[in-house]
Amino acid sequence: MEQPLAEQLMDSARKVAEQAEVFWLSSHETAVQFEANRLKGVHTRESANVALRVVREARIGFSAASGPYSSLPSGPGAEGGLRRLIDMAVETSRFGKPARFQFPPLTDYPGVAVFDHRVARMPVESMIELGNELIARVREHSPDIVCDVEVTRGTSSVQIVNSQGAEVDYDRSFLVIGLEGVLIRDTDMLFVGDSLDSCRLPDNMGLVADRVVEQLELAEGKATVSTGPLPVLFTPRGVASALLGPMALAFNGKMVLEGSSPLKGRLGEQVFDSAFSLCDDATLDYCLRSSPCDDEGVRSRQVPLVRNGVVCGFFYDLQTAGLVGVQSTGSGRRAGGTGQIRPATSSLVIPEGGVPFHSMVEDMNEGLVVERLIGADQGNLLGGDFGGNVLLGYKVQNGEIIGRVKDTMIAGNIYQVLRQSLAVGSEARWVDGVTRCPCLWCPSLSVSAK
Amino acid sequence: MRERLANALRGHDADYVEAHLEESETTQIRYQNGTLEEVHRTRSCGGNVRALVNGGWGFVSFEHLDDLWDKAALAVEEARLASGEAMPLVPGEAVVGSSAEPERRNAASLPLERKKRVLDEYNDIILGTGRIQNARIDYRDAKRRAIFANSEGSYIEQDRPDLTLRLTAIARENNEVQQAGLSLGSNGDFSAIEGLHERVRETAGLAAALLSAPEVRGGEYTVILDPVLAGVFAHEAFGHLSEADFVYQNQGLLDIMTLGRTFGGRHLNIVDDATVPGLRGSYQYDDEGMPACRTCLIREGVLVGRLHSRETAVKMGEKPTGNARAISYRFPPIVRMSNTFIENGDMSFEEMLSGVRKGLYVKDWYGGQTSLEMFTFSAGEAYMIRDGRLAELLRPVVLTGNVFVTLNNIDAVGDDLEMNQGGGCGKGGQSPLPVSNGSPHIRIRHCLIGGR
Repeated sequence: MEQPLAEQLMDSARKVAEQAEVFWLSSHETAVQFEANRLKGVHTRESANVALRVVREARIGFSAASGPYSSLPSGPGAEGGLRRLIDMAVETSRFGKPARFQFPPLTDYPGVAVFDHRVARMPVESMIELGNELIARVREHSPDIVCDVEVTRGTSSVQIVNSQGAEVDYDRSFLVIGLEGVLIRDTDMLFVGDSLDSCRLPDNMGLVADRVVEQLELAEGKATVSTGPLPVLFTPRGVASALLGPMALAFNGKMVLEGSSPLKGRLGEQVFDSAFSLCDDATLDYCLRSSPCDDEGVRSRQVPLVRNGVVCGFFYDLQTAGLVGVQSTGSGRRAGGTGQIRPATSSLVIPEGGVPFHSMVEDMNEGLVVERLIGADQGNLLGGDFGGNVLLGYKVQNGEIIGRVKDTMIAGNIYQVLRQSLAVGSEARWVDGVTRCPCLWCPSLSVSAK
Repeated sequence: MRERLANALRGHDADYVEAHLEESETTQIRYQNGTLEEVHRTRSCGGNVRALVNGGWGFVSFEHLDDLWDKAALAVEEARLASGEAMPLVPGEAVVGSSAEPERRNAASLPLERKKRVLDEYNDIILGTGRIQNARIDYRDAKRRAIFANSEGSYIEQDRPDLTLRLTAIARENNEVQQAGLSLGSNGDFSAIEGLHERVRETAGLAAALLSAPEVRGGEYTVILDPVLAGVFAHEAFGHLSEADFVYQNQGLLDIMTLGRTFGGRHLNIVDDATVPGLRGSYQYDDEGMPACRTCLIREGVLVGRLHSRETAVKMGEKPTGNARAISYRFPPIVRMSNTFIENGDMSFEEMLSGVRKGLYVKDWYGGQTSLEMFTFSAGEAYMIRDGRLAELLRPVVLTGNVFVTLNNIDAVGDDLEMNQGGGCGKGGQSPLPVSNGSPHIRIRHCLIGGR
């Protein structure tokens, strides 16, 4: 933020409030988009956002602005815009929650690497070339496939200043390579896709195409599974799409405090199979959601959630931690960039176990491999339910994958399914840049097929 | 401003250039755990320029409104990088117009106290219901002024107020948690969410009742969908396939979505209509400056139309329909629905019910998702139907299927069309876009229901 404006905003806010915090986020990103195997367009997004939080008469007030200096000719203008921001924060503070925290003072932040010049400087021409290569690679395997590819690179800057003296800023770079393909034969459609997401230039950018080709190979041939309980193997992408939604809700300190999480009051209890562990980690280098501190300026750390099946922690922001009487875990994140602070995960990590993928497959007489679900976030997530239509999944028969399934649904509840004796895969991978997990095999899950 | 924009769009070596500028103010109020949890207000101002050069698009969005000509030049430069074969757009006429919403109808101009009073009442009703442990309320209103200009000489100013309310009642007993919700919206009119006390009470009662409801067995059933869920079906399962950008460069899908192909019985009519006064998905001009239309998608079971932007209309040689929309200046316009609904048939709900020996009556929705032909959506409320009568309440169910098979399996269409204004639509990373959808009750044979 242009320094005089940040200072001006902080000075004015302090005159009307006991505590104040200015959060500034600016970003610049460029994306090349391929539609139906062809380059469609190039996009550039520049944005500048500011969020103001005040504690006034012990209550929290909040306002935010995009384009804080700009306004249409009918609008309040740059000066007026900042004043309006303060007025709005003051107005909302009259109805705000009583604050249960102090903004953190200046502290030492851990070194977390999230910037790579090679990403920041990647030429648009190379991004276009990469997109063309990925598509060519996939079409070499399946000439009829229709691919959409998006390669996005960008940088962002965060600056946090508060009335308790904290001042922190960091720059981030990011590169997101996504490939989605659809193969249509008559009214039958096969969907494949994967993505690579990182703050730094990956060693092998072709990995996305390799993974998609692997999906296409496994999906050759069609098969039908029986309706009823079956053993199910979730690939890392399957774990992320089916299980981690209800998981992230259950360990959210706010859900626990409110009692909407079934894990309330169960800290230290064996809730899951002992093969299962989980943690949230914002300190891993070059991960999309890593950073030296969270969006409230609290230093980042690793937050263990499940250790050998035992619930060992929840994640908190300042306010929720204050209400519970614990320390913030550095998990205060702003919804949509400069929205309200709430507890949220950074990178969810499930540590590897010892069972290779192929032995999981070999051990099944009849079973289902789940790679992607749709509709997984529609059930009663709070209660731990998961399920949906298997968008991409394979049937296993006598220890071999024999083809993909269609018109197949799975349904289960994490508190029942992850209690069973599980097998945890020996290799973990990143999914969408926000989860790192291995395969999970569970002995029995409800499957409905048409 | 008109002059400034005209200057910024002038003198570029491009087939077409357009600009959007926008200013908005949003208020969000959120209740959780029995109390007002968050209230926040947001101001936003920015714009974008989009350029077309030989079929390639360049797009630049920004929040500093100065140097507009340079931003247009960058968009043209990007378009050139992406350019290929020449592609004309459907000819557009230069339109100069404006629409202003009367201030009094706009919730954004009401004081926070007034909004809070109404929400407090609903909050109290939910929490006063037995076995309810938590209430969640999400309220959002916005006023938005959007300016559009293009290199063909159009200049349009439009007001686009919007309002949504989502109420969720969460019941808990032992380790069981169940929830029920109510979703509403309007084009900014606050009275649309006033006086809902009875409906809020019913929603809370439902969440509590779900705690003791049994689960359905997964499998195939005859199902009757209420207007809300049938509207979601019309939008999610079929409507998205009518968006020409999904279809036009995909030969496989194009073969399926051929105009003139029969998808259902003569009782099946599906329409997208942005010109219905007062609905959330209505507008005068879309974000490419094209006038809004009423578009028949399915007429008497036969596919007769689809939704277009200027680009897709020219590529498919069909008439433009004015369906290019963007959620804000941060995104380029893409083909979107407006108000999508199944038109009335002539069967009463009772008649429909009496034709089902064993089936399900499914109502309301948690959400829906599609991947072209496959859809899944969740009903928030479900009942067994036995011998033509409604029987016991069930836990929420998930419906799934192939849309083409399912459209063909609709064997009855009711006479009680209702529009649902809650929620919003997501596509291509742009969410939520104000839309509405609706339907009368419909009956579907052989529908796959997930369950344990």
